[in-house]
Amino acid sequence: MKYILLMSGTTAGVEGYHAWSKQDIDAHMAVLHRINKDLTASGEFVATQGLAEPKEAKVVRGEKNGVPVTDGVFPESKEFLLGYWIVDVANAERAYAIAGRISAAAGPGGKPTNMPIEVRQFAMHGAKSE
Amino acid sequence: MNLDATSETLLRHLAPQVVGVITRRFRDFASAEDAVQEAMIAAFTQWPKEGIPENPRGWLIQVASRRMLDQARSEIARRERETAVAAEAESAAFTLEIEADMDPDDTLILLFTCCHPALTTSSAIALTLRAVGGLTTAEIGNAFLVPEATMAQRISRAKQTIKASGVPFRLPSPHERMERLPAVLHVLYLIFNEGYASSIGVHLQRLDLAREAIRLTRNTKSLLPDNPEVTGLLALMLLTDARRAARTGPDEELIPLDRQDRTLWDRGEISEGLELLTTALSKGSVGLYQLQAAIAAVHDEAEKAEDTDWPQILALYELLKRVAPSPMVTLNHAIAAAVVQGPAKGLELLRALDSDPRIAGHYRFDSVRAHLFEQIGDREAAIQHYRMAARRTTSIPERNYLMTQAARLTEE
Amino acid sequence: MKYILMMNTMKAGHGVPGWPKKDLQAHIAFMRGLNKELHQRGELVSAEGLSFPDQAKLVKAGKDGTPVTDGVFAESKEFLAGFWIVDVDSPERAYEVAAKVSAAPGPGGAPLNMPIEVRPIMSGPPPEML
Repeated sequence: MKYILLMSGTTAGVEGYHAWSKQDIDAHMAVLHRINKDLTASGEFVATQGLAEPKEAKVVRGEKNGVPVTDGVFPESKEFLLGYWIVDVANAERAYAIAGRISAAAGPGGKPTNMPIEVRQFAMHGAKSE
Repeated sequence: MNLDATSETLLRHLAPQVVGVITRRFRDFASAEDAVQEAMIAAFTQWPKEGIPENPRGWLIQVASRRMLDQARSEIARRERETAVAAEAESAAFTLEIEADMDPDDTLILLFTCCHPALTTSSAIALTLRAVGGLTTAEIGNAFLVPEATMAQRISRAKQTIKASGVPFRLPSPHERMERLPAVLHVLYLIFNEGYASSIGVHLQRLDLAREAIRLTRNTKSLLPDNPEVTGLLALMLLTDARRAARTGPDEELIPLDRQDRTLWDRGEISEGLELLTTALSKGSVGLYQLQAAIAAVHDEAEKAEDTDWPQILALYELLKRVAPSPMVTLNHAIAAAVVQGPAKGLELLRALDSDPRIAGHYRFDSVRAHLFEQIGDREAAIQHYRMAARRTTSIPERNYLMTQAARLTEE
Repeated sequence: MKYILMMNTMKAGHGVPGWPKKDLQAHIAFMRGLNKELHQRGELVSAEGLSFPDQAKLVKAGKDGTPVTDGVFAESKEFLAGFWIVDVDSPERAYEVAAKVSAAPGPGGAPLNMPIEVRPIMSGPPPEML
């Protein structure tokens, strides 16, 4: 069963993260790196992606005269996607366990960030036998 | 440049035989399977350019053996300790006696090994498709939409589990075979279901897993020709696969059984399935797959939906409830009861499932109820349940179908 | 260049759209047609729908390593309904695709003009994520 694990944040949150000590940032990345390695080893890894800063983001709403209507403003407080993991696991519990690990990744001073990770199941393109 | 279809079929057919020979010679299933996979990939690359070798099996054995020896030599270099493989490598008398090591039971041994109950179903499926099916890691990864590296790891871990379980590479005793056959059939059944489920929509060059499952089950049947469950499983697959062309409409929308264009059903698969079913049932035992095949047969035998012998289907579900009870069987039984005894009866039976947590939240429970509410004329309840089912299903084609039913009823 | 196009239109507790059948079918056909076109142009990397947010979980690291799952979300929260990953020649093409998605027909056949968030992604995980 495929699940997507979503990590979101706010502009303020991201600025806070950039203010961590280099040591804390490296430690955090090392944990995420380890998780990705373990997921490959366990045969559960499908994909992971960190997303660019929201200043590169655009929101598109329809088109006017054939031209996309774009808007690049993300309000300060609005949550946006920082990154995601896609995993192929045996059951939901396993997806939650992986999300829990990501949430426990070390933050400033080595304490777990405890970021909430949203877990969503993929809808399937197929359908079982009638 | 690609291999032609006939050669590809041959190559896949040879794969498990070669794994058998190499495992037997070097006594290391995990490494042997890796070596054969590499030989397969080499064949895919070289044969289109150089032509099919005169002795394809010998070619594969030779290439795989060389891989094993190369591995062993670097192993020796690293460990400086003799292993059974090293002894073989050093043996001056080592010649590639190609046919001598073959055992006709090898593919069967491989099947039992790969479907070992200690494995998770996803790893058993992956390993079976590679070692027995002769598919490449990339093809299997593509079929399940996971990266090749991930699939390679699944297979590698599966082999580690097998190694740790200490199961020897030999044919299980008749008693062991009976105990372990259900696991084998279950894996094949899952491969078929995965293939059949994904036979909808944009075909992003995915492997036809349903066809693979049928091929592997045919192979299994040729190795265990008198086993009624194997025959029953093959019958079930054929009788289901026969309907494939009719299950989706021109816009890839799902078409339920009672509305399918039966002229699109594959009559060849149906008659073969019916024949196999008769054989399986004649052996006396009535197991899970034979029963499911029998139900599929009743549907497939009806030229028009109205001609379907529903009382027979009801009786078969009653048997299935005893042989292999499950919430889904209870649900299907209720559907059949609704047809034979009226929708109110079906709804009554479904009420009993309200308290079963395994089914109460399942989308099919709501979609069946919706259908029955529609039949008794309770439009509001039908719409409500179609919508609930649409929210709960994790299948996009199902969701589309259910939403469309709700919309249809809203307009009437 | 790869982009992720995100459709955030689901709200927890909200039902499936109660549109007329004709409009529903037009919407489904539109999405199918768009995916087919993207596939034929070699631009489609993946197109996924997610299951309804009823099953969504927010996971945090628990005290002893076991994840803490919570199914309660803010009333106003919009959930990811689905996403496309496209491989295109320019950001303009990405916005064009997003505009098409956004303009998918809804009730009465009118374009929905859903906000589609467009974010650039790397072809592989960025160095920090590995």
